[in-house]
Amino acid sequence: MKKILKNQATRTNFITYGGVILAFILLQGLSAAGALSSSLKGQLVPICAYVVMALSLNLTVGVLGELSLGHAGFMSIGAFSGAVAAAAMTDSIASSPIRLAVAMIIGAAIAGVSGALIGIPVLRLKGDYLAIVTLAFGEIIKSIINNLYIGIDVNGLHASFLNNTITFGDGGRMILSGPMGIPGIQKISSFTGGFLLIMITLIIIFNLVDSRAGRAIMALRDNRIAAESVGIPVTKYKMMAFVTSAALAGAAGALFSLGQNTIIASKFDFNTSILILVFVVLGGQGRMWGSIVAAAALTILPEMLREFADYRMLIYAIVLIVVMLFTNSAGAKQFTAKIKGMFVRDIEGGEQNG
Amino acid sequence: MKRILAILMALMMVLSLTACGGSKAPAADGSATALKLGGVGPLTGGAAIYGNAAKQGAEIAVEEINAMGGEITFDLRYEDDAHDAEKSVNAYNTLKDWGMQIFLGSVTSTPGVATSVEANADNMFYLTPSASSTDVLGGVENPLTGTVDIARKANIFQMCFVDPNQGSASAQYISEKALGEKIAIIYKNDDVYSTGIYNSFAAKAAEMNLNIVSTTTFTTDSQNDFSVQIADAKDKGADLIFLPMYYDAASLILTQANAIGYNPTFFGVDGMDGILTVEGFDTALAEGVILLTPFNADSEDEATKSFVAKYKEKYGEIPNQFAADGYDCVYAIYEALKGADVNSKTSASDMCDLLVAKFTDSGFVFNGLTGEDMTWDVSGAVSKAPKGMVIENGAYVGMD
Repeated sequence: MKKILKNQATRTNFITYGGVILAFILLQGLSAAGALSSSLKGQLVPICAYVVMALSLNLTVGVLGELSLGHAGFMSIGAFSGAVAAAAMTDSIASSPIRLAVAMIIGAAIAGVSGALIGIPVLRLKGDYLAIVTLAFGEIIKSIINNLYIGIDVNGLHASFLNNTITFGDGGRMILSGPMGIPGIQKISSFTGGFLLIMITLIIIFNLVDSRAGRAIMALRDNRIAAESVGIPVTKYKMMAFVTSAALAGAAGALFSLGQNTIIASKFDFNTSILILVFVVLGGQGRMWGSIVAAAALTILPEMLREFADYRMLIYAIVLIVVMLFTNSAGAKQFTAKIKGMFVRDIEGGEQNG
Repeated sequence: MKRILAILMALMMVLSLTACGGSKAPAADGSATALKLGGVGPLTGGAAIYGNAAKQGAEIAVEEINAMGGEITFDLRYEDDAHDAEKSVNAYNTLKDWGMQIFLGSVTSTPGVATSVEANADNMFYLTPSASSTDVLGGVENPLTGTVDIARKANIFQMCFVDPNQGSASAQYISEKALGEKIAIIYKNDDVYSTGIYNSFAAKAAEMNLNIVSTTTFTTDSQNDFSVQIADAKDKGADLIFLPMYYDAASLILTQANAIGYNPTFFGVDGMDGILTVEGFDTALAEGVILLTPFNADSEDEATKSFVAKYKEKYGEIPNQFAADGYDCVYAIYEALKGADVNSKTSASDMCDLLVAKFTDSGFVFNGLTGEDMTWDVSGAVSKAPKGMVIENGAYVGMD
């Protein structure tokens, strides 16, 4: 065990798992004791969804080294397919945790397939094409969902495009009505479900990164020509990382939508994609625990700042800038290195004693 | 050293802002006995003018009521949702933590759908000034499919017209007054409000045998250029264009139609109210525009005059219908609570039961700025007559 923990990367992974579990236990305890405000309680599920979004984007941006500007598009696909699936399964699957799990799997599958469709042509190219194509992809998804109508009756799902031309049999009702989105979502997402999704995401990402495939992916990021010269198939490994990232975003979307009362397509726009990119950049590219902390902190922060009324978003922006400056300054790096040094010495000292 | 200085400066700025913000937070004054009234709306972002108008209208009503010094006083707090359903629920939860007893709802429709579900689950009385989608109330038939997609939420009420009513009323008005032979429609197909009105207008128009020659759409991203939509209407020879949208987009359509020398009759709904106040818009172009709106800032009515004067003095602008809706909401709640045994200790749920019983009581009639003899029934929708207005010499003139 000691030997494993001596590996820097493995130690960080275990600290990350432990931190997430600890935070979950702490929040569950506070919630059970009634010490959480309803404001914070209401945000637990969205925070979990944003954390998974940030982690999955970090896989594309930090590990694969490609820029994706349409990550909210995958979230949107997962959100709408998951919510429609959950609504369609209301009668067939009574247990809501199972329904949530199935909805997340469906959301992940559909988002993963669309990620593959984009990846096949684009990941063969050199340069920043993925950024441009994913940007367009996010807009296309928004447009498609704004024009999509889905309803359900005893005969199953009905869909129409552009205009609502659905005629219903018995017990019919609309689920998705174009620009009005899905107005009546049954909330089945739970904090526990969100926690489990974060853990599964972490396990998938850490195992991918630490595997042979993960080393190939990082080799591509660091020097594509050198990696190609030793025979690494570029497109295959890029696809592997990108499709995993898209599928995880789809699962996060399903978790998010099933924790909301209503969702509309324009929620998942360019701004949302950038917001998630901010989580990743602020937390550190390739640093998973950084994404978790950044996503959680930046989701809670605007709500904590409600006290300041009109100056809320101004302060939010200042905090962002200060954090960016601080994490990149040489002085701060020295400071963290010093603290790290203290801990490392402690561990080594302990070993000597023992 | 420089960097440390920069960080210190930033910190100082944050602190000074904190001080400003801190002193501003309790601006929604009120004594310890005041009833806590909360509201959620877009105070920042693209839809901020609607949220701020409703908030400011409500503020004036609260000030007036508190100045009267009666049994009932209010403590009003508005929270920002930036026109986003997720943030509106956060804002609602923040108000709940504050101890809100009565909820003025969300100002805009999509956030309204989200907060109405929460308020329904909490049994918190909900009277929205302007979230006009039927999904906010629930229990309303979808005009296209004839199905009820969302069950009625029993404690949710609206001060504004519900979207489909505006659409069908517009179609009926156009048909009855024979305003147009060939009708074109331009609507915003990524917007709940616009699509809701369009759907019911189209359904009613088919019923009334109106001749619709052109139907074109736009989205938030494409609402700067309407040349294609206008050209389509012109080519098909439309003599009336129905514009179910907010006035910012409508003002561009009027300007661009005029630029190509096309002058049909324009017919708008309540979102068109405010078109005369758009900066840089030539109000001469709005001559002859017909709109259905519940509120007219130029009305000679005493209550309206006094409200407009106060609003102008306090906020330096002419109030639109959102402000009037916000004002009316507070007064409707005030009227309903008159004589009731409530205080700042009454639980939100008891308050809700009391208000729901009062609002659905057939004897409860409310006269406000946005209508006379308003009543509510169990459906939650308000019953009042839309006023047809036409713009003449830069002012609204009633059509009847």
